Amino acid sequence: MDTLTQRYEHTTNKIHPLKFALWIGMASITMMFGAFTSAYVVRQSAGNWLEFELPHIFFLSTIVLLVSSLILHSSYKSFLSGKESKYKLLLLTSFVFGLAFLVLQYQGWMALFSIGIDLKGNPSGSFLYVLTGIHALHVLGGLAALVVGILTAYTRKYKVTERRKINFELTLQYWHFVDILWVYLLIFLYISR
Amino acid sequence: MAEIAKTNEDILIEEQGYDDHFHEHHEGDKYQSSFIFKYIFSMDHKIIARQFLITGMIWAIIGAGMSVIFRLQLGFPDDSLAWLKPLLGRWIQMNEETGTGSLDPQFYYALVTMHGTIIVFFVLTAGLSGTFSNLLIPLQLGARDMASPFLNMLSYWFFFLAGVIMFYSLFLSTGPFSGGWTAYPPLSALPQASSGSGAGMTLWLVSLTLFVVSVLLGGINYITTVLNLRTKGMSLWRMPLTIWAFLVTAIIALLSFPVLASGFFLLIADRGLGTSFYLSDIFVAGQALDYTGGSPILFQHLFWFLGHPEVYIIILPAMGIVSEVLSVHARKPIFGYKAMVYSILAIAFLSFIVWAHHMFMSGVNPFISNFFVIFTLIIAVPSAVKVFNWITTLWGGNIRLNSPMLFAIGFVSLFISGGLTGIFLGNSAIDIQMHDTYFVVAHFHIVMGVAAMFGMFAGIYHWYPKMFGRFMNETLGKLHFWLTLVGAYAIFWPMHYIGMAGVPRRYYRFDGFDAFGQFTSMNQFITIAAIIVFAAQILFVVNFFWSIHKGRKMVTKNPWGATTLEWTTPIQTGHGNWPGKIPTVHRWAYDYGRDGREFISQIEPLSEKEKAEEDQH
Ligand code: HEM
Ligand SMILES: [Cu+2]
Repeated sequence: MDTLTQRYEHTTNKIHPLKFALWIGMASITMMFGAFTSAYVVRQSAGNWLEFELPHIFFLSTIVLLVSSLILHSSYKSFLSGKESKYKLLLLTSFVFGLAFLVLQYQGWMALFSIGIDLKGNPSGSFLYVLTGIHALHVLGGLAALVVGILTAYTRKYKVTERRKINFELTLQYWHFVDILWVYLLIFLYISR
Repeated sequence: MAEIAKTNEDILIEEQGYDDHFHEHHEGDKYQSSFIFKYIFSMDHKIIARQFLITGMIWAIIGAGMSVIFRLQLGFPDDSLAWLKPLLGRWIQMNEETGTGSLDPQFYYALVTMHGTIIVFFVLTAGLSGTFSNLLIPLQLGARDMASPFLNMLSYWFFFLAGVIMFYSLFLSTGPFSGGWTAYPPLSALPQASSGSGAGMTLWLVSLTLFVVSVLLGGINYITTVLNLRTKGMSLWRMPLTIWAFLVTAIIALLSFPVLASGFFLLIADRGLGTSFYLSDIFVAGQALDYTGGSPILFQHLFWFLGHPEVYIIILPAMGIVSEVLSVHARKPIFGYKAMVYSILAIAFLSFIVWAHHMFMSGVNPFISNFFVIFTLIIAVPSAVKVFNWITTLWGGNIRLNSPMLFAIGFVSLFISGGLTGIFLGNSAIDIQMHDTYFVVAHFHIVMGVAAMFGMFAGIYHWYPKMFGRFMNETLGKLHFWLTLVGAYAIFWPMHYIGMAGVPRRYYRFDGFDAFGQFTSMNQFITIAAIIVFAAQILFVVNFFWSIHKGRKMVTKNPWGATTLEWTTPIQTGHGNWPGKIPTVHRWAYDYGRDGREFISQIEPLSEKEKAEEDQH
């Protein structure tokens, strides 16, 4: 699809245009979550706000997501340095951890539900579900990218091409991004109790 | 390539240009092999630009046609609209005894809502930015195409899909959404609130969510292309103002549309999942609903955090186009190039911190309003800088009064008139009287609606030869200009008076109010003017399509004598834009009337004399 961009690599730009495009995309996702969290603050300051504790499982899921990110990073390193089987295995592991994150998030929602925090009730609960839910959707997008990566890894012959390197880097950066986004959300939710 | 007489420019490109071996790579041209991929699922930025333009034009006709219908209602509320029955069906209610037909009030609101949504988003955002950013960014920067032609194609198709869904909603039995283009809750949040709030609103939300995706995909591409794919020598400070405007527009869009999306998600949750983000203590038809704890003001904040930047998303590209057209046809460098760039940046920055001026009357704290008043009024400063520079560019110029130039000058006039009324509205105390009256309608139609349309027309007349290899008819163009300019002022100028008297916007008829009886004839006058202006646009559409096949042929590459790169490409610009090398840029885009020459193309190296001057600085 992006045959054209590669024609430009020797011109003035130092970063690959697609990577740059990804960063802009991340900036706009950040704006979206910025809007959610400021809406949260505005609504919270208006009173009538139900207080409750965050499910502890969210901390566990945070660790899982962070670990997944680290694993993907070392998978990338192995990819570059020619350790083919390590690269494939770590890639798969990172995907599994990502999936585990979603499962844990789901359990977090169940835990909330069991203490009577419903999506429909007081907005403080609704906000929590919407914030974490939309974040989960972004994680899902990252998982989709990982699936593509895994398919490439296991079906194509191992070879470090410019093209594959860029695709890997794009996935990696996005994966780190949803990770940092989650940490931000968690800290935000934690301190704005 | 057939050897045709080479122009000076071709030789320059060959000698100085930069060889990227584009045409040696077969992938470059591969996908164009069949009709479908060449013209429909095209990834060529020039085709995509034309797709945006023509889709935008279709929407403009629909949107403007709607306004004629509701103007008929406002101007002649007692006349029979039975003749519209074949078009509108049961939205025209027939009176059995008299045989007269009247517009269904619910449908009146739907028309007003759809008119606003369509013109703001589909015509002035997608139609304007989509067309000219796509056409000009690669051509004026010396790029083969956009950074990601594929995402660019997706951007168009998301827009197309958004349009299909909105169009479909017009035919729902309950009618399209009817709560105003700003979609405030509770009308937008409660499906039972009005007939358009059900399926109509659902489709509205789906359509606009797809639209946001389209804008984001487009914007990512525009920014990446501008910052990464400029040709050799094209430093930021050598870019034409069009590109500066498109770049900043895309940045604003990428920062503000996601906020709208988040507002939409909360709205979707309220509608579908039973949350109460925007709802509290509501009674519908005497029944208390069990939504509690939400706030409709929250939506207003989220909406206007997009909404105000959105008006600049609309006007900045028009400003860029106008700056370029004025300079080319006045045969003078644009006055204060850097000031123009800095004022674009200042406007962009300020546009994010003034949103609450739409909410002075929503019960926001009057103390906080003061901050918004101040920031709002500060926007007048960079706006005035731009106006000053346009006028000084014209001053003493060797002006060609052709259609593009006329529309560009008309833009300046409209922007001044409409900007001035903004200063009234920006004062929260005056806004107590003016808010939600026809004064606001007059303000934003002149400064945004008509002015941005003028920018678009200037661009179309100016770059038509680049798009279609022919010129539009000048006589028709001039007629189009004068009818539209005079007509638009005739429509919107009287609205200021109506608004100052307190006549509210979005009312179906006014004969219930004694105080507004005096405006009956004025409203009739406005309606007649609106019909004439609409007819003038048909003239434009005819001219546009007629000229594609029958217009005067473009015989030289650079008919306007412009300095920018798009005029160094072949008349029939193929895939990859330049047949051989990419031109290298040696100077800024506004060398008009320099050293006794009428214009000097950006690809021309500095002369010895210029080099000496450069060294001195
Ligand atoms: C000096 C510059 C400007 C100032 C001080 C200003 C101020 C305002 C204010 C205070 C309002 C709210 C009025 C009300 O609802 O009571 C308003 C409405 C509006 N303005 Fe401006 N404005 C300026 C320029 C512009 C420009 C350049 C555009 C578009 C390109 C624009 C587009 C709009 C629109 C679309 C609305 C009405 C939205 C609606 O309620 O449907 N304004 N303006
Ligand atoms: Cu505004």
